[in-house]
Amino acid sequence: MNYRAVRRLSLILLFAPFALWILLLIVLPHIGMGILSLREKVAPRVYEFGFGNYIGFFTEPIYWHILARTAFMSLFVTAIALLIGFPVAYYVAKIAGPRSRGAMFMLCLIPLWVSDLIRAFGWILLLRETGLISGFLQWTGLAAEPVEMLYNDASVIIGLVYTVMLFMIVPLTSTLEGMDDAMVEAGYNLGGNGFTVLRRIIIPYAMPGIVSGCIIVFMLTAGSYLTPVLLGGKNSSWFTQTIYDQFITRYNWESGAAFGFLLLIFTSLVVWIGLKLSGQTLSSTVARS
Amino acid sequence: MNRRGNMAFLLGYRLYMFAFFLFLVAPLIGAGAFAFNDSMFPALPWKGFTLNWFFGTEQPMIGMFNDRRLLQGLYNSFYVGIAVSLLSVFVGTCNAFLFVRSNLPAKNFFYIMMVLPLVIPGVILGISILVLASTVANTLDDSYGIRLNFLRPGLPLVILGQFSFITTITSLVITARLKKFDATMEEAAYNLGASRTRVLRTITLPYLRPAMIAAGIVAFLVSFENFNTTLFLVGSDSPLTITMFDRMAKGGSTPVLNAVSFFLMLGSGLLALISVLVQRERRPAG
Repeated sequence: MNYRAVRRLSLILLFAPFALWILLLIVLPHIGMGILSLREKVAPRVYEFGFGNYIGFFTEPIYWHILARTAFMSLFVTAIALLIGFPVAYYVAKIAGPRSRGAMFMLCLIPLWVSDLIRAFGWILLLRETGLISGFLQWTGLAAEPVEMLYNDASVIIGLVYTVMLFMIVPLTSTLEGMDDAMVEAGYNLGGNGFTVLRRIIIPYAMPGIVSGCIIVFMLTAGSYLTPVLLGGKNSSWFTQTIYDQFITRYNWESGAAFGFLLLIFTSLVVWIGLKLSGQTLSSTVARS
Repeated sequence: MNRRGNMAFLLGYRLYMFAFFLFLVAPLIGAGAFAFNDSMFPALPWKGFTLNWFFGTEQPMIGMFNDRRLLQGLYNSFYVGIAVSLLSVFVGTCNAFLFVRSNLPAKNFFYIMMVLPLVIPGVILGISILVLASTVANTLDDSYGIRLNFLRPGLPLVILGQFSFITTITSLVITARLKKFDATMEEAAYNLGASRTRVLRTITLPYLRPAMIAAGIVAFLVSFENFNTTLFLVGSDSPLTITMFDRMAKGGSTPVLNAVSFFLMLGSGLLALISVLVQRERRPAG
C-alpha cells in the first residue's frame, strides 16, 4: 500500500465512528421526530400528513402560555444568574490572591459534582414547611408557625439559579482573567468613577464571557425538567413537563414530538439571536465552557 | 474612592462572597447531614447520631446497603456509566485525531455537528432517540417478525441516549489536549525508525492518557447524574437517579435518600479529586 492509500484508509476509519454517532443518534432521530410530528391522527390507527399537531399548539392557549411562561422564567433566571455570578467571577479572577483563587474556583465548581437530583433534594429539605429555614425562622421568633416556601415560582427560580450558576461563573471568570489590570487603572486615572469603569471598560471586555454564560444558562434552564417538577410541584407548568405528559402519560407521541420540535426551534432561535447580536460563533461559545 | 470607603467596599464584597458560598453549600449540607439523624423524617429536630440509614437491617430503618431496589439502581447506574464512558472516550479519541490531524473535507461544518449535541436540550435528545428506536423496532417487528429488544426502552437505549451528548464533552477535552501536542516528538521517533503504530502506542497515546482518563471520569459522572435524557429511555430497570426521583416525587421520603445522597457526594468528590490529580501529575512532563 502506498502512503496516500494509507492516509485515505485511516481517514475513513477515523470518520466512521463520528459519522455513525452523528447520523444514528443525532440526525436520524431528529428527522424521525420531525416526520412523526407531521402525522395527524384522523381516526384510530389512521394517520394523515399535516400540520395539525402544530396548529393544535397555537389554538390551545394553555400550551403556548406554558411555553411563554417557560421562556420568560428562563430569561429571568439567566438575568439573576448573571447579576449574582458577575461579582463572584470578578472577585475570583481579579481580587482574590493567587493562592485563594484556585481554591475559590474549585469551591464554585462543587455543585457540578453533585447531581441535579441531590441539589433539588437539598433545596426541598431547606425550603419545605418542616424544613431548616422554616425551623430557623420559628426558632428566632420571626415566624410564629411553620412557613411553606416550596411549590411556588420563587422556589423554582432559586433552584434553577443554583443549578446553572456555575455555567455562568466559569466562562465569566476565564474571560475576566485575561483582562489587564492596567486597563482598569487607566480608567480611574482618566477620572472615571467605579461605575463608569465598570460600564465602559470591564463589561465590554467581559462581553464574550457574558454571552457564553447567558446562552448556556438559558439553554439549560429552558430544557430542565427535574428542578421545576421537584421544587414547583406537579403543576409548575414547565414546557418540558408538558412534553413528558404528552409522551408518557397521554401516549400522544405525535403531539409530543411537535412540542419537542417547538422547544428545540425556540431555544435555537434564542441562541442564534444571542450569537448574532454579539458576533460570537457556536464553537467558540461552547468550547469556552 | 477614599481609603476608608475602599475598605468598607472590600469588606462588603467579602461578605457577599461568603454569602454566595453559603448559598452554594447549604443545600448540599442539608441533603447530607440528615443521613445521620436518628429519625424517620429528613427534618429537624435532631434526634441523635445514627448510621442506621446506611447499614440498618430492621424495619422501619432499612439502610441503603440493605435496600434491594436502591442497590439495583446503583448497580444499573454503574453499568450504564462505565459503558458510556468507555464508548465515549473511544469515539472522542477518534474525533480528536479526525479534527486535529486528518485532512477531512468540510472540517468546520463537521466540527459544528460535533458540538451540536451539547446545545440540544436533553429532553429532546431523549424523545428523538425514543421515537427513532421505537419506529425501527416496530417496523422490523411488523414487516419481518424480527424482535430487537435493545431498541425498546431499557438500559441499552439509556446508554445510547447518554452517549449521544457525552461524546461531545469527551471529544472537546481530548481534542484540546491533542492540539497542544508537540509534533517534533513524533518526528523524532520516526527518525529513529519507529513504525506508525509504534509511535501511536508509545508516544501519542501516552501523551493523551491524562486527558482520556479525565474525560472518562467526567463522562462517568455526567452519565451517573443524568436525568433528562434517561427519563424517556428507561424500561423496567432504572438507574439510581430515576429510582430516587420516583421516591422523592411520591413524597414521604425517609432519610435513606439522604444516605444515598451523602454516599454519592463522597463518591463524586473522590472521582473529582482523582481527575484533578491525574491532570496535575502529568503537567510538568507534558
